[in-house]
This record gives sequence, C-alpha cells and structure tokens, in this order.
Amino acid sequence: MTTAEIAINPTRVRRARLAYGIVLLAVGLFIFLTFGLNTQPGLQTTFGINLAGSNAVPVPDLVVPAQLTVYLMAGIAAFFGAFQLARGIKSTGALVGVIAATFVIAFLTWAAQGKSFNLTGMINSSLVRATPIALAALCGVISERSAVINIGIEGIMLLAAQTAVVTASLTDNLYVGLLAAILIGGLLAAFHAYLVIRFKVDQIVSGVAINIFGTGFTSFVSSRFLEKNTDLLNNSGVFPVISVPLLDRIPVLGPLLFQNNIVIYLTILLVVVMHIMLFYTPWGLRTRAVGEHPKAADTLGVNVYLVRYVNVILGGMIAGLGGAYFTIGSVGRFDEIMTAGKGFIGLAAMIFGKWNPIGAFTSSLIFGFADSLQVKLQILRVPIPSEFLLMAPYIVTMIVLTGVVGRAVPPAADGQPYEK
Amino acid sequence: MTEKDKNKTKSSEGIGGGALREALRVPALAVLTGLLIGAIAIVASGSNVFEAYYALFVGSFGDPVRFYNGFQQFFSTGETAGLLRAIYPFTESLVTATPYIFAGLSVALGFRCGLFNIGAEGQFFIGALTSAFVGYSITGLPAFIHLPLAILAGMAGGALWGMIPGYLKARFGAHEVVNTIMMNWIAFRLSDWLLNGPMKASGFRPVTPNIEHTAELPRFFPDPLRLNWGFLLALAVAYIVYWFLFKTTIGFEIRSVGANPDAAKYAGMNIIRNFVMVMALAGALAGMAGASQVLGVDHWVGQGFSAGYGFDAIALALLGKSHPAGVVLAALLFGFLRSGATRMQSIAGVPIDIISIIQGLVIVFIAAPDIIRWLYRLKSVKVEETVLTRGWGR
Repeated sequence: MTTAEIAINPTRVRRARLAYGIVLLAVGLFIFLTFGLNTQPGLQTTFGINLAGSNAVPVPDLVVPAQLTVYLMAGIAAFFGAFQLARGIKSTGALVGVIAATFVIAFLTWAAQGKSFNLTGMINSSLVRATPIALAALCGVISERSAVINIGIEGIMLLAAQTAVVTASLTDNLYVGLLAAILIGGLLAAFHAYLVIRFKVDQIVSGVAINIFGTGFTSFVSSRFLEKNTDLLNNSGVFPVISVPLLDRIPVLGPLLFQNNIVIYLTILLVVVMHIMLFYTPWGLRTRAVGEHPKAADTLGVNVYLVRYVNVILGGMIAGLGGAYFTIGSVGRFDEIMTAGKGFIGLAAMIFGKWNPIGAFTSSLIFGFADSLQVKLQILRVPIPSEFLLMAPYIVTMIVLTGVVGRAVPPAADGQPYEK
Repeated sequence: MTEKDKNKTKSSEGIGGGALREALRVPALAVLTGLLIGAIAIVASGSNVFEAYYALFVGSFGDPVRFYNGFQQFFSTGETAGLLRAIYPFTESLVTATPYIFAGLSVALGFRCGLFNIGAEGQFFIGALTSAFVGYSITGLPAFIHLPLAILAGMAGGALWGMIPGYLKARFGAHEVVNTIMMNWIAFRLSDWLLNGPMKASGFRPVTPNIEHTAELPRFFPDPLRLNWGFLLALAVAYIVYWFLFKTTIGFEIRSVGANPDAAKYAGMNIIRNFVMVMALAGALAGMAGASQVLGVDHWVGQGFSAGYGFDAIALALLGKSHPAGVVLAALLFGFLRSGATRMQSIAGVPIDIISIIQGLVIVFIAAPDIIRWLYRLKSVKVEETVLTRGWGR
C-alpha cells in the first residue's frame, strides 16, 4: 500500500488512525498495570553509563526513581494515544517509535528496579550482535537490488565461519582466515548465481540447497575433524580490539564506535560505501536498473547477466565476512549450526530496511537489541522463562515481515530470471 | 482431447507408461551422482569407500549371511529369532521412512499451491509434543479412542504451526520461507521450555513422560523390531493426498492457485483461503509425522527430536516431483539411506552428516536438471515445470 493510496482513501486513513490511537492507549494501560503496579514504591533503577574496560572518560550514572519513571512512560503512551485519536499524527514511524520507546524504557526500569543496569553495555552488545545480521542484510541488499534473491546466506555464513576458523588456526594468521572466509563466500555465491542465471534454477530452491549443504558439510567436517583436533584446527583466537586514540575517550560514543574489532569497523564502512555506490555511481544506477526493469537496462546496453553475477558474488563475499565474524570475530571456535537463523533474520532486516544499506543496518540494530535484551534480562533474573526471551528476535522478525510497521516494496524484477 | 493434451495431463500427474521412465531418469541419475560425490567426500575424509557403502547396504537392507542363517534356522527348527534379527535392518529402514513420507507429503502439498513450507521441522516437533501430551496425560481411555485422539492432537498442533505463516502470507504477503523458519526456531525454544518445565517427566533428563500403552501405534513384531501401523497409515495418507490433489475440486483449486494465482483469482478462486488451508494441511501432515514417531517408535519426546526432518522433507518433495507416489518412493530411499548411515557411522566411522551433503547435492541436481542432462549427455525434453515459489510477497 503506497502513501498515495492512503491519501485518496479517507475511511482507511480514519481506521488506521483509530487503530494506532487505541494501540497506544492499550500500551499505556498495559505499562501501568503490568510494570507500574508491580514496581515497589521507593526503589530506584540505576542505568550505568560507563563500560567496564573502556578508555572513555567516566561520567556519573543515571539514577531514576523506578515507579515514577514507569508511570511517566504509561502517561506518555496514553497522551500520544489520546492525541492521535483527537488530532492524528501523520508519521506512522513516529507512532511506532513512541510505542517501542515507552514500552522498552518502562520494561527495563521495571526489570532493573533496585538494581543496576548498564545502558552503554546494552547498546554495545546490540551493535556486536547486530553485526552478523547487518552483514547478512547487506548481502541481501546488494544481490536483490540486481533482482537475485539469495536465501542461502545462512549456509554461506556457516561455511565461511568454519573456513575462517580452520584456515586461521592452520596458518596461525587471523587475516588469512578472514580472506579465506570472504573467498569461500564469493565462491558459493558464484555457484548460486551460476545456477539461477545460467540454468534458471528457482532462486529459493537453490538457496535452500546451499543451506542444507552448508549445514551438512560443516557438521560433517566438525564431527569428523574438528572435534578430534581442536587445538590444531578449531582454535584460532579472535581479532583484537582496535582503539582509535583520543576518539575512544568520548563517553558512550567512544566505546561504541571507536573501540571495536576489525569486522565491526568493516561493517560500518561497508554500510557507508554501499550507500554511496548504490545511489551515486554509474554501477549503482545500472544495478538498480537491472533490478527494476532488466529489459530496459538491456536495451540501453547494460549487461544484465554480468551485473547480476558481480552483485551476487560481492554479496556472497559480504556474507563470508559475516560468517567470519561468528568464529574469528567473536568466539574463536566453530560450533555446529552456530549461525542459529541469523542469515534469515538478516533477510528480514533487509526487507524492514527497504532494500537500503542504511535502513538495513538500522533494522539490524533493532534485531541486535532484541537479541542482547534477552541476555541482559536473564542476568537480571526477570521472572520470564529464558526460552521465551530467546524467542524475541524471531517474533520481532515475523512482526516486521507482516509490514504492519510500514510496507516495503521490493525491486520490481526481484526473483525473476531474465531471458533475452 | 488431442494427443498432445493427453500427454500434458499425464506429465502433470507424473506417473504412467513412457512418462514414468522419463520422470524417473533425472532423479535416479541425481541420486547416483550425489552418491558418487559423497564417495569422494568419504575418500577425502580418509575412510574406505567400499567398506563404507557396504556398511550402508548392510545397515539398510540387512546382512545376506544373517538372512541365509535365519531362513535355515526357521526351516529346520521353526525358530524365528534368527530370521527376525536378519530382517531387523530392513524394518528399521521402513520405520525411518515413515515420518519421511508424512513430512515429504507436507512439503509437496505446499509446492502444489506455490508455497514453500520450510517449517515442517517445527510443525513436526509441535505435532510430536501435542500428541505426546494427549498420549501421557489422558489415562483410562480404550485404545480405539485414545490412539486416534493422540494422532488428531499431533495433526492439530502441526496445523496450527503451519497456519500462522499461511495466514501471514495470505493477509500481509509476508514470505512464508522466512516465517516458517522463524516458526521453527520458536518451536525449538518453546519445546526447550516445555521439556524443562510443564511437560517434564520426573527425573533429570528433559524429556516427556512415556505415553500410555493405549496411545501407542501397535507394532507388528516382538520387541527390538519397531515396525508399526504408522507405516501403513503413511501409505494410506499418501493415497488420500493423491486423491485429494487430483480427484477433488479443492485439489484442482489448489493446483490452479499454484500454477497461476492470477488466473485462479479471475476464475473466482479464493487465494487467501487456499493459502491458509494448504499451510494448515501441510502443517497437519508434518504434525502427523511427529505423532507417528512418538506414538509408534519412541513413546516419548526429548530435545532435538525433530533432527533435520524438515529439511530432508524438502529434498523428498523435490525428488518426488511433488507427487505423492514420488514422495513415497523418495521417502523409502531416504529411509534406507539414513538407516544405513547409522551403521556406516558405527562401522566405517563416516559421520552421518555425509547424508546431508548428498541431500544438498541431490536437491541442486533435481532443481537444475540441465546439469544432469549436461553431465550424462541426455537429450533435453520439454516437460511442464511445476511453479515452486515466487519472490517476496507476490
């Protein structure tokens, strides 16, 4: 549904306005009943700002009265709800933002009442957990902009993760491992591209085959070789944290942006580079033309097949980088099926980010947040079973895909083979 | 009806006469090529291929020497123990094939409607849990009520798990591939919680209690042999799915929606209803797979119960060309492979995951028959291809 459609359909607008208003009121009421009434009066919640082990200049922590904050959040949600019902707010994004923000703040204040909760640590771990998701999403963006769906990202990441750790362990050089992972990612993507472009295999089927092959192959190698020779093959160490001098002393931002390992720096760099490449270079224009209307692009002399090959392979290399992150970027060893659906969550992040690099990165952060929230909440001993908290990223993915939060339009030729 | 049209109906129903050979050639060659490449992997991992594949054969069909001795014993003394031991591997293969038939039918049904159900894994698990729950929590019912009830519970659990992505697809255009996978992960987490909490049997292990005897699918042979009525049920269900797809109006609608949703819409068919119904039915079939495994074989559910059935099911549906008869054949093949691979692992030391590698390759070859035709220099034949999936939200 486009905005133009909404504008010319007044009943629909009114219904949407009503729905959002009611949802906001309900969120306010829910916050009041579940969190507000369950918060003990007089308790305080401490939000830590300083990250242990960072070089940042220390600043005082944020201490708030728990119950008052929760009531305040309930009030804000209810106020926006009432305002929405009375007047209507144009931007759905803002409404969703209010819902999410009030809910999350109230929830955290309630969960950490009488305790301390490190806010910067939370955001930092969101970024860390978002990295593989963002790389998967970027892989999706670059290949789908040229109209090739790659659902095999999960399998590519698994194989790259294993390749990275094995090569790095054997050569005792993490950068060789990283290169190997990127290469194997490109190779698998090239295989996918060859199948779907040359043989016109169903793109989804080919991707699923890569996933099954990836799961089987890595598990095979893992149980056949890695388990017996852990020290030789599955013990690489991880990339060291590189601190940018001076910049890493800024409170909050310093440890977040300037004290990370190379994969995270590369991810942030990739987001910027891909945005510029896609929207401000001839290559980007050709890519988007091939994705929207391959026939027109072909008529104008663009080599449709070549563009698709290049993009899918570049995407595979990015997914390879994402795979490397799982092993040599974070834990230093390979475990079976360690990607745990991150490739697919990346695809959801891509859709939520409307096939834009920056959008995809931002939505990956949301998934990263959902993912790290469950870890933090387990530490805080929230009376919710940890298994339910672990479901959070998957449920968020499904909600995002419904398009309730704003419908995304894929490139027009996405998923269709091109015949001259 | 002209001759050409006749051929068309034949090819869309798949099985029959000369079309049969054509339909079997590519899958057979695909499996063969997969096994050959698998052999390379076995060599590369340092095992003996002949030893490994012989173990695979003995593990799936049985040891010829044991067969001979068993028969000799049976005819001379009337003692069946040796014979039963000889047919044990063969029956185990059929036992392994049983859930494959159900799960393969689940994915195949989805394909016929243009839906890609990767969620058979989660639906299988949920179905197993719900049927186990009915199996152990209700006591004092006669078997002829308790058993069907437990199977129905498995179907209902799976149907619910499949219906959610179906509805999201129909209503919001959310792609079922991603959603079914998310449902798989949610099912795993949910089962972790259930097996450690509400459904945990007394003791340390996170497993459900044993089901009541009245809920068990009866077995054909004395104890180590686990072949049960589930296998025949699976064959019957395969026939029902065939009948449903090709002999009923609803089946025709499903196939029309799968072949061309726009045309189906103009013909007045309800796309949304078909999507939801097919995903629910597919989920019910996968749920039955779980139920048959619990009620017929294990009698309890533990963690990692679904172990790859969902992904195997995709290979089965592709291999069987989404036709129930093809799925049954493919499921039997996989049953024998998997069952034999267990022995291959213990005797020749080849990890069972080799089968997954072979499966991945088989899927690629089936999905890209041109590769097989090119490898074996086959003449390319124009067969009407089933539409499997579509892009995001179309």
